[in-house]
Amino acid sequence: MNLALWAAKTGLDAQNTRMAVISNNLANTNTTGFKAGRAAFQDLMYQNIRQVGAQSTQNTQYSTGLTLGTGVRIVATEKDYTQGSVLQTNGSLDMSVNGRGFLQITQPDGTIAYTRDGSFSLDNQGNVVTASGYPLQPAINIPAGTQSVTIGSDGVVTVTSATNTKGTQVGQIQLADFINEEGLQPMGNNLLVESAASGSPQVGTAGTNGLGTLQQGALETSNVNSVTELVSMIECQRSYEMNSKAISTTDQMLQYLTTNLS
Amino acid sequence: MDRGLYVAMTGAKQIMQAQAVNNHNIANLSTVGFRADSVSFDSAPIYGPGYATRVNAVAGDAGTDFSSGVMQSTGRDLDIAVNGKGFIAVRGTDGKEAYTRAGDLRVTPTGAVTTASGLAVLTESGPLVIPPSTQVTVGGDGTVSVVPQGSAPFAVTQVDRIKLVNPKTSDLQKGDDGLLRMKSGEKVKTDDTVSVTSGMLESSNVNAAQSLISMIELQRLYEFQIKSINSTDQNEQSAERLMLTS
Repeated sequence: MNLALWAAKTGLDAQNTRMAVISNNLANTNTTGFKAGRAAFQDLMYQNIRQVGAQSTQNTQYSTGLTLGTGVRIVATEKDYTQGSVLQTNGSLDMSVNGRGFLQITQPDGTIAYTRDGSFSLDNQGNVVTASGYPLQPAINIPAGTQSVTIGSDGVVTVTSATNTKGTQVGQIQLADFINEEGLQPMGNNLLVESAASGSPQVGTAGTNGLGTLQQGALETSNVNSVTELVSMIECQRSYEMNSKAISTTDQMLQYLTTNLS
Repeated sequence: MDRGLYVAMTGAKQIMQAQAVNNHNIANLSTVGFRADSVSFDSAPIYGPGYATRVNAVAGDAGTDFSSGVMQSTGRDLDIAVNGKGFIAVRGTDGKEAYTRAGDLRVTPTGAVTTASGLAVLTESGPLVIPPSTQVTVGGDGTVSVVPQGSAPFAVTQVDRIKLVNPKTSDLQKGDDGLLRMKSGEKVKTDDTVSVTSGMLESSNVNAAQSLISMIELQRLYEFQIKSINSTDQNEQSAERLMLTS
């Protein structure tokens, strides 16, 4: 098959995937705790048509070889884990992680998922759950009759009620960290799960061992930079057009061949 | 059969290969640290009985364009861009040292620092491995320092230094995997003058406008060759008609 056509086709494919990543980022500019993705491009293998230094005759060698590249591929979509800006909401069950670390969520199948989204609410039992209803791990239960909830920067949750104004500690939220957080597998619903690339979670108290601190009444906004995404989008579109132009030009060449030599 | 037909056919074939190289460059407009390839045509006279009237075209690598790409700010700690001349040393899939300009690095669960395609980044003494850490910083000369997990934020520990080299670009050759290697197969010594900037990535150095112009040029050249085949064919047909009428 014609290599010129296929090399350009891989360019179209890759730019299309990149556009999907950009669209996903732009769609999530308001998603709490969302981390922007980025498509990493890599050139595909090269075909060695003529080896440099091969014998052109018994006594002479080709001074140049000929290698043909076969295009491009997207080798990874890497996430950017820089901190998003912190939005004050004053919700008593809203928390943001300032620094490294993830909140732990128990999924319906019992496994643990990780998130930077700290917008929690209560279920009918008084458990602290995510917007999707998945409980926080370690589980925190807010007793009935509670008047105020306080979450300390180290994750200690204290409640007060009309009868108990001094406050009772009901649990401590812990954070998990990974050696390679970019290796976490995004699951949707603002959740990430451990993968072979991320390494195993190092669970600890907020504010210790390099983990970030918790801030009550605040949420971490998405770290998508819309300007960067828009510029990437323009670049992506033009690259797509150029690859498409390369295909049509190669097509015209072949067409010229078939119409003139028949 | 008129042998001129084959000269034009060879020309068309070689131009199509040049177009493939050009399309490969265009496909890699967004590849971090990509270096554009170019093609040159050599003349190869055909010797044999009689006078050497026919000259075939032979496409060959005219080398790789080593000019710098555009610096893009990403803000990510593990994105590094080489300033001006120089390359980052990595371990190729063949286990040998190779060089690249693509500095989008990452850390594996074992602490090894690799490129986006999973190739180990090298130091003077072997692959770069960092301990579990909360922050990684790459200095201007490639020195990697980390804040180990469990340490105070000010407890910065120096780990090692990424091997940065600056061989003569004429001694480098692109391999099948797109990595650059010395033609001689030797390793290059570390060059202290090479510097990197963290939080930046270097874009592909493919010049889109130039590639589009080359594309048009190659297209028209291709058409010339086809036209030439066509004319040779017509000559043959005319000759045949002469024979028929007599």
